[in-house]
Amino acid sequence: MTAEIGHYALVLALLLALIQGVLPIAGVRLRDSVLAGTGEPLAIAQFGFVAVSFTALTACYVTSDFSVFNVFQNSHSEMPLLYKFTSVWGNHEGSMLLWVLILAFFGALVALFGGNLPATLRANVLGVQAWIAISFLLFVLLTSNPFVRLAQVPLEGRDLNPLLQDIGLALHPPFLYLGYVGFSIAFAFAVAALIEGRIDAAWARWVRPWTLAAWIFLTLGIALGSYWAYYELGWGGWWFWDPVENASFLPWLSGTALLHSAVVMEKREALKVWTILLAILTFSLSLVGTFLVRSGVLTSVHAFATDPARGVFILAILIVFIGGALALYAWRAPLLRQGGVFAPISREGALVFNNLFLTAACATVFIGTLYPLALEALTGDKISVGAPFFNATFVPLALPLLFATPFGPLLAWKRGDLYGAAQRLTAAFAIAVLVAAATAALTTGGPILAPFAIGLAVFVMAGALTDLVERTQLLRQRWPVAWRRAAGLPRSAFGTALAHFALGVTLIGIVGESYFTAERISTIRPGDTIAISGYRISFEGLVARQGANYREVSGRLSVRRDGDLIGILTPGKRTYPARGNSTSEAALLTRGFSQIYVSLGDPNPDGSAAMRIYHKPMVLLIWLGALLMAVGGLLSLSDRRLRVGAPKPARKPALQPAQ
Amino acid sequence: MAMTRKQRRLILIGSGLSVLALAALLVLTALKDSIVFFNSPTDIVEKQVKPGSRIRIGGLVQPGSVVRNNLDARFDVTDGKTAIQVSYRGILPDLFREGQGIVAEGVLTDSRGFVADTVLAKHDENYMPKEVADALKKQGHWKDDYGRKPRDGEGPK
Repeated sequence: MTAEIGHYALVLALLLALIQGVLPIAGVRLRDSVLAGTGEPLAIAQFGFVAVSFTALTACYVTSDFSVFNVFQNSHSEMPLLYKFTSVWGNHEGSMLLWVLILAFFGALVALFGGNLPATLRANVLGVQAWIAISFLLFVLLTSNPFVRLAQVPLEGRDLNPLLQDIGLALHPPFLYLGYVGFSIAFAFAVAALIEGRIDAAWARWVRPWTLAAWIFLTLGIALGSYWAYYELGWGGWWFWDPVENASFLPWLSGTALLHSAVVMEKREALKVWTILLAILTFSLSLVGTFLVRSGVLTSVHAFATDPARGVFILAILIVFIGGALALYAWRAPLLRQGGVFAPISREGALVFNNLFLTAACATVFIGTLYPLALEALTGDKISVGAPFFNATFVPLALPLLFATPFGPLLAWKRGDLYGAAQRLTAAFAIAVLVAAATAALTTGGPILAPFAIGLAVFVMAGALTDLVERTQLLRQRWPVAWRRAAGLPRSAFGTALAHFALGVTLIGIVGESYFTAERISTIRPGDTIAISGYRISFEGLVARQGANYREVSGRLSVRRDGDLIGILTPGKRTYPARGNSTSEAALLTRGFSQIYVSLGDPNPDGSAAMRIYHKPMVLLIWLGALLMAVGGLLSLSDRRLRVGAPKPARKPALQPAQ
Repeated sequence: MAMTRKQRRLILIGSGLSVLALAALLVLTALKDSIVFFNSPTDIVEKQVKPGSRIRIGGLVQPGSVVRNNLDARFDVTDGKTAIQVSYRGILPDLFREGQGIVAEGVLTDSRGFVADTVLAKHDENYMPKEVADALKKQGHWKDDYGRKPRDGEGPK
């Protein structure tokens, strides 16, 4: 019964979305405020029904109802309860339902908190949002129905892919989807503005919190995915330039550009047409990402089922929305053009610099991700584009952008003083040079690039602090004055500084991991000791144990430094009988920001085992930086100016909302 | 030295174009140097792929061919028609076993030998790497069993 309720609720949500796709937009056209106001209750009700549907599927999983095909395929009665929950979205159908749930959730948020939007804009936004919902609800119902029943009820399920039985999976997809789908709001705002043919600084102000929220989630989602791959795949890598990873990175890059260009639009009424385009492109890239992952066109470590019906369906969604939005853009954007042109050396100029490099970097990642697909379709040649390509294209574009980051906030609007900004950054630059020199001295014989990159990271961090020091006049005024100035600063200033600072933090982590990782791969016997980066790791033997739904063989290793025992590591190899496959469970020992990483290879009959042992200096900074970026985003989001919203333009009386 | 509107616009467009040109240049250079072609064992023999070039090969691990000595492993990768001997030093992936489809990346030493630095086996025991499936189909060694539809649920990432 539960599955049928879920299915039925989803159909009802589709019907509501269909009405929501027509009435509010028609209301705006007909200048009928009652019709235009139907969007809000419809969006909230639509969310309610999708939520019922999602809850129903979750209930099927928690009660291990194997008569539901999806549950049978992806669950097991002995699986821990947590993973019964997370396997709801650990499969194609369930994760698409989660996608739709989050889409409806954002629609409902606009309906609930969009009170300060002009009624016409709100109606159009909800109308556009409904069309996205319609297409994905149809996708779920027609090609990926999670509620299909089996005629003969199996006694036991086939278990969730063991790689996915992990807390990382519990959090990664929802965050990623909150990011992906959150950008649909920016998209809906852009299309609504094009429909209205009117856009102003206030538009940027309304769009920015939504974009920022989506960006925060996407940042966290990518970081979680990266950390999950790092400890779960057992290779010690944190980013593989895998097409599926790129699929999440593309909207992040263009979303970051969008955040910055929206600032210019809000403050200076410039870059309007560009900002609209970025809003469309960012969600388009989210759709492309969904297509790449969900259609199975890729061969990647994220092995995925191939079902042409789904691929073609998402491709159709892609073409309709991206093509439609861009066509609308080509038609209506010329009407919007009234942005000012500004001096190249100014805050606006710096933000344009940011946008140029971010979009160029985004384009190179896009080409590297899709070129193999295009080439295979055209010539049949199969190629793989991996890390070397992205190191040769993305990195050279990212470096100047990072170097420019501290300058941006120090330049004034309208006309900046580059020389003055450089002067104020002298101290930051000096610190960076010192740290780079110290790094070079301490790591003699190491790669030449590493000290430079560390120096760059320190420059970015010190530059971000310089901005705060300058704004509070910390070094020129007495403490109380500086304190009062700090208290008077908008939170977004701290948010910006923190997010920029975090870029440097992540860069240090990347450099530490890429250049200074020590690695030992060898077969070791019980009693053997391996020395790595000043640690002595002794292998004490293998232990077998039985888990809830798996068997595990794990190695026991003691880690010593200067003779003191500092930890025990137990890397394991698990076999899941339900699916007959196995996973490596790496063991991690954290020391400061560095980690010792051990993963177990095949154990031999004589008790010895092959092991990968790494010392990864500073590796945690990669994800700590991402976390700080997200906190910076949150600080900005909590800024009063964004919460209060833009000054309300006088509404046309005919379009007063119904309630 | 206030710039005219026209000059400002020129600078904006000029810098946009130069960043685009830079990106295009980087992409073209990188595409020439750093992409890796995939070949089946038969391709290697028929196309006479030059030794020393970095490529990917894929196929099934020939049953009975795996020789392990501590971290060193040797095994044959076959598409049913031709076999190439692959040597690899390191830990083989969890799902590596005889009869399993794999992809190896490395350097061809001579017409029948390959030194791999990366070996990928896919995470699902039913899953066949796409290149391997195509190569096997081409050689007529495709069994329906290989093509059994992989189960959904390899994760939304």
